[in-house]
Amino acid sequence: MEKVAIIGVAQSKYEQNKPETFAEMVYDVTRRALEDAGITKDEVDNVVSVSSDFWDGRTISSMAIQDSACAYGKDITTVEGDGTFGCLYGMMRILSGSFGVTIVVAHHKGTESNMNGITNCAFDPLVERKLGIDAVSSAALQARRYMTKYALKEEQFALVSVKNHGNAMRNPLALFPMEITVEDVMNSRRIADPLKLLDCSPVTDGAAALVLAAERQAKKLSTRKKRVWLLGVGHCSDAYRLGDRDLADTRALKAAAKRAYAMAGIVDPLKEIDVAEVYDAFSYMEPLWLEGLGFCEDGMGCEYLERGYFNFDGKLPVNPSGGRLSANPVQVAGLAELAECVLQIRGEAGERQVGEVNVALAHGINGMCGQSHCVWILGR
Amino acid sequence: MSDWKKDVEVLIHQGKISVPYSWTVGSTLSRWYCELRDNGKIWANRCPSCGTVFVPPKAKCIHCYQEPHDWVELPGTGTVETYTIVRYEEPKLHPRKAPFVYGLIKMDGADTCLLHFIDEIEPEKVKVGMRVEAVLEEEREGNILDIRHFRPLG
Repeated sequence: MEKVAIIGVAQSKYEQNKPETFAEMVYDVTRRALEDAGITKDEVDNVVSVSSDFWDGRTISSMAIQDSACAYGKDITTVEGDGTFGCLYGMMRILSGSFGVTIVVAHHKGTESNMNGITNCAFDPLVERKLGIDAVSSAALQARRYMTKYALKEEQFALVSVKNHGNAMRNPLALFPMEITVEDVMNSRRIADPLKLLDCSPVTDGAAALVLAAERQAKKLSTRKKRVWLLGVGHCSDAYRLGDRDLADTRALKAAAKRAYAMAGIVDPLKEIDVAEVYDAFSYMEPLWLEGLGFCEDGMGCEYLERGYFNFDGKLPVNPSGGRLSANPVQVAGLAELAECVLQIRGEAGERQVGEVNVALAHGINGMCGQSHCVWILGR
Repeated sequence: MSDWKKDVEVLIHQGKISVPYSWTVGSTLSRWYCELRDNGKIWANRCPSCGTVFVPPKAKCIHCYQEPHDWVELPGTGTVETYTIVRYEEPKLHPRKAPFVYGLIKMDGADTCLLHFIDEIEPEKVKVGMRVEAVLEEEREGNILDIRHFRPLG
């Protein structure tokens, strides 16, 4: 199969109440991603927008940012989900042979609406929606189930928040770089037990863009240093209703990871992967997803975390950017992760560079409590 | 960025989206809600292939892609698999005032959990593994809120 590379990336600073419009944010990152790739807009013929009509407060949200995404007079299509799925769609359109150089751009202004109201609408209007459940309260159900199944403690989840907010101190794009302690997390306001304020990611505004190109074009358009290859991808979804799943079971993620590893030729992920950006919208998610990704056995994520495996200077640094706990532009999250992995591989991650990175992993979710997962392996 | 942009007063436009919807409930869930509304019974349906019993009932089995056409009546009791105490107010969303408890209740006679409120107990006293029973509304309309909540059994 033909290979696809990311040849340019750009991210906005992640903030709350950003003064720019959606279109201004998209223009900013698209222009800078093209600059990073060293190409002009005329070389792009495929544009994928990652956005959500509900979050944007308008229907067909991609059409409103079409000119900003350099899609005027071209083809633009939309993924409503995480940025990792947007990248997948962009790559698939390239591999179809019908499209060439591709912009994948995501935007999100969560602070302009009500997160609980928007995420409540993700639930079945015929059953759960009337109960008022949303992203936070459903995550709390999952956190408790995970704690129960493996006898875990809230303090262990708090460690994730301490680590990732600390990592964000090295990331000038992050919203909440903070030096905090487990005690600070434990003493923060209780939101939905067992989740406290500092276990939850802040809804954040921002945008990110990637430039994708098939092998032949990538080699023509960019230098070796700029090219980062998409080595493997896998995606899988679980049951829609929370009650139809064991919320502490990562079967869908395991299936997605297995496919991504097989495609990239990864046999021992903990040994072969140098850095991972994992979807940590809530603190408990990081160890849970790391188990699903095969970095440790089921139920062992917190213990590995305690032993420092996933620290900035650990065996496998996880979320050196500060993760979603330090800035969560919901629709953009996965593209931000992919962009971070690209910077790490290119050795351009600045203070948050974890050392030499040959292989990186980015993981995004869509749907409540990780209903659907998308796993990417990137490399030189 | 152009210099003049630094001095502009950026305005905020307030708005609200309100769009009425009418969702078809479909034959499977309609039957479930009618039983609940008219007879005060909680039913489930079973996949003829793998035997999984679903509540709320499903139009097709998530495992086998078969129609779970066998219907079974449940006793309305169950065990708390997980729960959360919600402490934030969302008056437009939440049918009750915080703090209140959501639970996923593994229903006796079924293989799946039902999401609902757990009440008639102090939130802090709710435990995983606790036995609960459904309390129905007197006046029922054919939706999930016909179950008022679950309460400790006995």
